[in-house]
Amino acid sequence: MGRTLSEQILSHAAGREVQPGELVIVRPDVVMGHDSLTPSIIQIMKEELGKERVADPDQIVLTVDHVAPPSTVGVANNQNTSRRFAREQGIRMFDVGRGICHQVLIEEQIARPGRIVLGSDSHSTSYGAVGAFGSGMGSTDIALIWATGRTWLRVPETIKVQVSGAFGPGVGPKDLALKLERDMTIAGATYAAVEYHGLDWLPLSGRQTLSSMAVELGAKVGIVPPSGEVADRCPVPDWLRVEPDATYARTVEVDLDGLEPQVAFPHAVDNVVDISEIAGAEVNVIFLGTCTNARYEDMRAAADILNGKQVNEDVRFIVTPVSSREMQRAAADGTLATLLAAGAVLTTPGCGMCMGRHLGTLGDDDVCLSTGNRNFKGRMGAPTSSIYLASPSVAAATAITGRITDPRDI
Amino acid sequence: MAQFTKLTSKIMPLLVDNIDTDQIIPARFLKVTDKEGLGKVLFCDWRYEGTVSTIDAAEQATPKADFILNNPRYEGAQILLVGDNFGCGSSREHAPWALTAHGFRAVISTSFADIFYNNALKNGLLPVVVDAETHADLLDMAEETTEAFLTIDLESQSVELPGGQAVSFPIDAFARSCLLRGVDQLGYLLSFDEQITAYEEATRV
Repeated sequence: MGRTLSEQILSHAAGREVQPGELVIVRPDVVMGHDSLTPSIIQIMKEELGKERVADPDQIVLTVDHVAPPSTVGVANNQNTSRRFAREQGIRMFDVGRGICHQVLIEEQIARPGRIVLGSDSHSTSYGAVGAFGSGMGSTDIALIWATGRTWLRVPETIKVQVSGAFGPGVGPKDLALKLERDMTIAGATYAAVEYHGLDWLPLSGRQTLSSMAVELGAKVGIVPPSGEVADRCPVPDWLRVEPDATYARTVEVDLDGLEPQVAFPHAVDNVVDISEIAGAEVNVIFLGTCTNARYEDMRAAADILNGKQVNEDVRFIVTPVSSREMQRAAADGTLATLLAAGAVLTTPGCGMCMGRHLGTLGDDDVCLSTGNRNFKGRMGAPTSSIYLASPSVAAATAITGRITDPRDI
Repeated sequence: MAQFTKLTSKIMPLLVDNIDTDQIIPARFLKVTDKEGLGKVLFCDWRYEGTVSTIDAAEQATPKADFILNNPRYEGAQILLVGDNFGCGSSREHAPWALTAHGFRAVISTSFADIFYNNALKNGLLPVVVDAETHADLLDMAEETTEAFLTIDLESQSVELPGGQAVSFPIDAFARSCLLRGVDQLGYLLSFDEQITAYEEATRV
């Protein structure tokens, strides 16, 4: 009987054939910690468990992206704690300005097809974009791996998402991700692996959008088979391939033909409608950022719409590139110049205002349209603020008018 | 980690589906590594008027009278009864820390988000999954009277309703064993570190 990609990766790591529901002990290839939670991981490992050294420094990667550069003395001190720890233990660290963990680990080819990549961030499902088993864990679970080099995982069952058709103009990967939220709900894939098929043509950036949002379905991992652009940039192990007779718990079909731009209403990721149902709603902050949608392609899509136009005077349009490398790509071909000429505000690469701790925290009654992945109440700042989620194209069109706008109307 | 064997307590019902970790503990408190203080800002934005930015500020904040955590009749409740998919969103372990710091020892729902579920088990907070029918019975009970006490027995993996009937719940055997002894999972594993290393050396291919 065939196996899904998650089953193949966990079987390879465990050194035996594994089945959904089984517990397996594995040695993850990579375990990432970011600035927001690394201090608590260090505290648990050293103070609560009395373990002074990590088991394998080469397995660990640290990033500084959640509040970068720091906004308060407390945050700055926490980041210094992480830096001292990295030096003392001989751990690789990507510091302030390099970018969001999930982007950096893919750019650096630390996350690769067939690897197990775990992180202290729930959006670690993002590594599925390159055919890795990527998943998020809490501080204690991460501390356990740092201390022992190993962890145990329950082999998830797999839900197949079968995509057909092609995006129309003004419609893209984020609209597909939101459509899946709409069809499957926020708990639709709890502890399952989601495997996306029919997307061999989709560039890496779009795959990252999809995989990052797998956790918003409750999924353990969200894997796109490593084909096309992904296979070209990174070798795929010969034991990792789509097996036609693999067993899936269920199949969800999505047709891209005729798909409208999608928008998630405040305050639920799965409260999604076609843009025609919400067009015209007023917003006063637009955020183009996050691990879901702040790559070169996302900034380019926004620049194509904003070219020669101006951001509405009642709107703040904040652009936070996902990484230094993607910012350089956008600088090289004039994409950034176009955005800045239109009135965009450019910030340091990183997580930005996504979790409301700096670089644009929302105030009372602010209404934001974000290209991010979560719109829970108060996430980006004041409890009375609200967040719509949409694609970079919708964000750019909305920046021009100050009202939620279909990019096909610009 | 605090031991969990048997708990008898009143139930606080908070019947909202998909309560995410931003509601349980907002991101502005993530820089806090003092777990105990987090209890004061559990459900911060639902609990206080305005925006409370620090744990110290919570002392001066005005509690919202209509939020159940501020209802004196439920004071001392150690069991929280919540809607489906509790704890979705961020991986922050501050969520179970805030719940336990406030005094909760168990959360009952029909389903939990994966990362929260695992985080809870590692912090002495028992996540109890029950079927929809039991959930509805418990809700009726909690809303009828604040004097209804529920017993959760981890040894027998069951919830004992006041009427006398017991409903069993699933839990991973290793997690259960650690909770019953009050031993954290990592500490337990590390106590075998030498044996594990010796075994791996001996069986190295």
